[in-house]
Amino acid sequence: MQKLLIFCAFLLCFYNTKAQNCTYSLKGKVTDFHDNTSIVSASIHIVNLNKFATSNFDGEFVFNNLCEGKLTIEIKHIACETKRIVFTLTKDTFKEISLEHHLEELKEVVVKTNTKTEVTSIEQSLKKEVITNFTDKSLGDALNTISGVSSLNTGNTIVKPMIHGLHSSRLLIINNNVRMFDQEWGDEHAPNIDINASDRIDVVKGANSLKYGSDAIGGLILIKPKKYSIKDSLFGSTITSLNSNGFGGSINSEIVKTYNSGWYSKLQANYRKFGDFRAPDYYLTNSGLENINTSFRIGFNSYEKGFDAYYSYVNNKLAILQSSHIGNVNDLVAAINSQKPRITDNFSYDINYPRQSIVHHLGKVEAYKRFKNFGKLSVQYDFQLNRRKEFDSRRGDLSNIPVIDLRLFTTSIQPDLQIDYLEDFRINTGLLVRYQQNDAVSGTGASPLIPDYDKYEAGIYAIVNYDLNESTEVNAGLRYDYSRIDARKRYSLSDWNDKNYDVLFPEFETGEIDGSRIVTRPTFTFNNISASLGISKRFNTDYAFLFNYGLAQRVPNPSELFSDGLHHSAARIETGLLTIGKETANKFVASLERTNENFGFSISPYYKNINNFIQLIPTGIRTTIRGAFPVWEYNQVNAQIFGVDIDINKKIANQFDYIGSLSLLQGDNLTDDIALIHMPSANFSNRIVYKNNEFHELKLSIHQRTVFQQNRFPDYNFTTYNPTTQQDVLVDISSTPPSYTLFGFNSSAVFYPFKKGSLQLEFNVDNLFNVAYRENLNRLRYFADELGRNVNLKIKINY
Amino acid sequence: MLTLKLKLIIKKYLKMKKLNTLKSVKLLAVLFVSTIVMTSCSDDHDHDHDHEGELITTVSYTLTNGNDVVTLTFQDTDGDGPNLPTTTISGPLTANTTYTGLVQLLNETTSPAENITNEVQQEGDEHEFFYVSTVSGLTITKTDTDGNGNPLGISTSLSTGTAGSGSITVILKHEPTKPNNGTAAGAGGSTDVEVTFNVTVQ
Repeated sequence: MQKLLIFCAFLLCFYNTKAQNCTYSLKGKVTDFHDNTSIVSASIHIVNLNKFATSNFDGEFVFNNLCEGKLTIEIKHIACETKRIVFTLTKDTFKEISLEHHLEELKEVVVKTNTKTEVTSIEQSLKKEVITNFTDKSLGDALNTISGVSSLNTGNTIVKPMIHGLHSSRLLIINNNVRMFDQEWGDEHAPNIDINASDRIDVVKGANSLKYGSDAIGGLILIKPKKYSIKDSLFGSTITSLNSNGFGGSINSEIVKTYNSGWYSKLQANYRKFGDFRAPDYYLTNSGLENINTSFRIGFNSYEKGFDAYYSYVNNKLAILQSSHIGNVNDLVAAINSQKPRITDNFSYDINYPRQSIVHHLGKVEAYKRFKNFGKLSVQYDFQLNRRKEFDSRRGDLSNIPVIDLRLFTTSIQPDLQIDYLEDFRINTGLLVRYQQNDAVSGTGASPLIPDYDKYEAGIYAIVNYDLNESTEVNAGLRYDYSRIDARKRYSLSDWNDKNYDVLFPEFETGEIDGSRIVTRPTFTFNNISASLGISKRFNTDYAFLFNYGLAQRVPNPSELFSDGLHHSAARIETGLLTIGKETANKFVASLERTNENFGFSISPYYKNINNFIQLIPTGIRTTIRGAFPVWEYNQVNAQIFGVDIDINKKIANQFDYIGSLSLLQGDNLTDDIALIHMPSANFSNRIVYKNNEFHELKLSIHQRTVFQQNRFPDYNFTTYNPTTQQDVLVDISSTPPSYTLFGFNSSAVFYPFKKGSLQLEFNVDNLFNVAYRENLNRLRYFADELGRNVNLKIKINY
Repeated sequence: MLTLKLKLIIKKYLKMKKLNTLKSVKLLAVLFVSTIVMTSCSDDHDHDHDHEGELITTVSYTLTNGNDVVTLTFQDTDGDGPNLPTTTISGPLTANTTYTGLVQLLNETTSPAENITNEVQQEGDEHEFFYVSTVSGLTITKTDTDGNGNPLGISTSLSTGTAGSGSITVILKHEPTKPNNGTAAGAGGSTDVEVTFNVTVQ
């Protein structure tokens, strides 16, 4: 009491003499650096003011009525070494404090406003609030909001994320610590992920990806679940989203039960349905979708040991614009020259042809144990089963039989060891063994796009993390991968001999010839070395400089090796080559960041040099009974991609914030000294947010996004003879659509009409001015405009 | 099957309640081995693979006027493959003559050859043939109709004018607009067949 009085007197004195503003609050949260769980009953002591607080069940603490000025804070916890943080308080502040939490001793205390996968990693994240905004959209749509991330689309429902112009096999997507294998090589194969099942998505642009694979030339997307606090609790939420465009929406529910003992379980389910979407001037006939997704997890969480079992089921039925099914190159010319798609019927919920129907099962079990004065050992087993069926407009009885029917089974086991008992020096090492089997299911009445194959992989990696001093960290890693692919494929004899395979690969021939086809067993073995180096330096409390270098190697994927046949939506014949080898990338990324609510930014330039970059380009024309087709072949060139991503946030007034981003990129085909095909163009976005925490947590924001025309593109145009007009016509497949600017509006408010929980209402408008535009990175840009205006209403109930 | 097995094992596992890392490692090992066993069992499927059900390898257009029979044949037995198609014209057309034309589509990769014309006939409302000629005075008229009374074009009547030469193009459209303005471009749809023959009228 006496102390308090003295303290008060001291405060009063302080107040009188300086007449400072003493109304600030300091809120914070203490979490475990290792697993992000809340740390309960940590003591927080402001030394120079002699104020104390204790973190509650959620790890949170609060100090009110603090004066402007320098604060020295000590954070203490049982089994934790005390550490001091000094900073200057100038406003109401929230601090996230992660404690390095070891068995007997505490190693360090880190104050961060953003928790990264690695301190040295150059990455950006989407938090749960942002993910919730995309509840009825796809992973690609959500990631598109991050600078440097774009997407390769087929229509508006098949959205593939693209980092720095690279996608498909060059991006690793890690879902719940499991690397996704869902025929991801295909340009029109979107990741089979329900983003509603995730709590956080990290996009790693830099090199810290060795733990997951050697081939992250583009980058890494980490989809993470939530870590639950250890307490008895039952909670859940339901989000309903309704949209004017497509007359559809989604409903997502999740329920979580946690126990004091450390056990937890979660059940989540999502249903999504849309009919034909609408461009400003017409309906996009056959563009709807229907998804059913569900996930379940159960686990036990404690500091010393634990396990997590997860299973998810994703069922996607996606319609593809009917007008995109074309017969030959003259049909393509007609589509390019026409302003409207050839079929624009009235609105319908029907999903006809062409369409994709994909089912993806993913399951995993992970268990860990920490050993005293050593580290943490975890073992993960996972499996995935992907069944992809693609239906096309076909003649007669065949229309209900898929043209493509592929079943991909992948299973792997990964022990991982983190040795972190040494102060300032941590080692992460592990093994991976993976088996994959692709089955081109028979009965399609078409030769399979990719053949049956078995793939065996083994990898080993070691990553060390060294704290040079208080503010500097170095991270370096090395990885070796072995992979073997063993395929069974029938080639048409004419193809086999035409490509000179009979001379190059006589060992693949089995000697069996069936009519005009030859039975072969192509087998390839690859050895890959990859490496990474990361450096981070923090200075002036909120500045950081990061540099990442990565060496990545990628083995050619099945389509690059084996695909052959007619691709209807592109009116082209695509052929893979057995002579394709692996590609090797050297990537350099730097980032200067300032993490500050009033004015923060990140400027991140990058340069990638890719040797033997595999690309698909037109090489000639082939006449068939359907008419002429361009032949697109995979080839390898040396390429470079460089650019810069800039993000800015600034407080412009008390309740107003500004957020802006800019991405610039250039891709060059160094071998032919021309631009690289399908590179994203320069784009920027601005957003102004108004927030009023006093009035129903009201949030209003208006945003603008401009995408410039891509002026750097390789000219692969060609001419073809049109027998109906009896003239040679130019097939302009290269020219890019003009620049466009879109505006959008978002609003949300939170109400508390129930005893427990909350109700959040959201009202959003996309493409506010109903602009008709086409996007260069949409494979269907020859056929139709992008979506027109959409009005969206979301109702989220937390309970 | 696998998921069921996994779930069962997890259930059993949960019954134990007490977590034991050694046990969990064993569990993982068992799971892994069982997967390998299961997958290697199903490894024997070297089923091959489908012959192209939709492939059209041959288009023949037979023109008959009594004993004067002219056959135009376009053949591409490797489908989308690299071999060049072959075109065969049995002989010249006679000037100022009216022929009965009949088009036939075959898939000759199967034995016996599959007659695709029948399928087109059955789905007449979804298909239509179009004929384009650069030979002066040569006209081609469709003489058959689909179930809705719209032109189909399997059967035609071809009339020649004076002597000359040029090309005849046969186009088959899938899902065209029906009825249409009579041109392939106006009908839209997607092209299933587009072959050109160089002919002489004498």
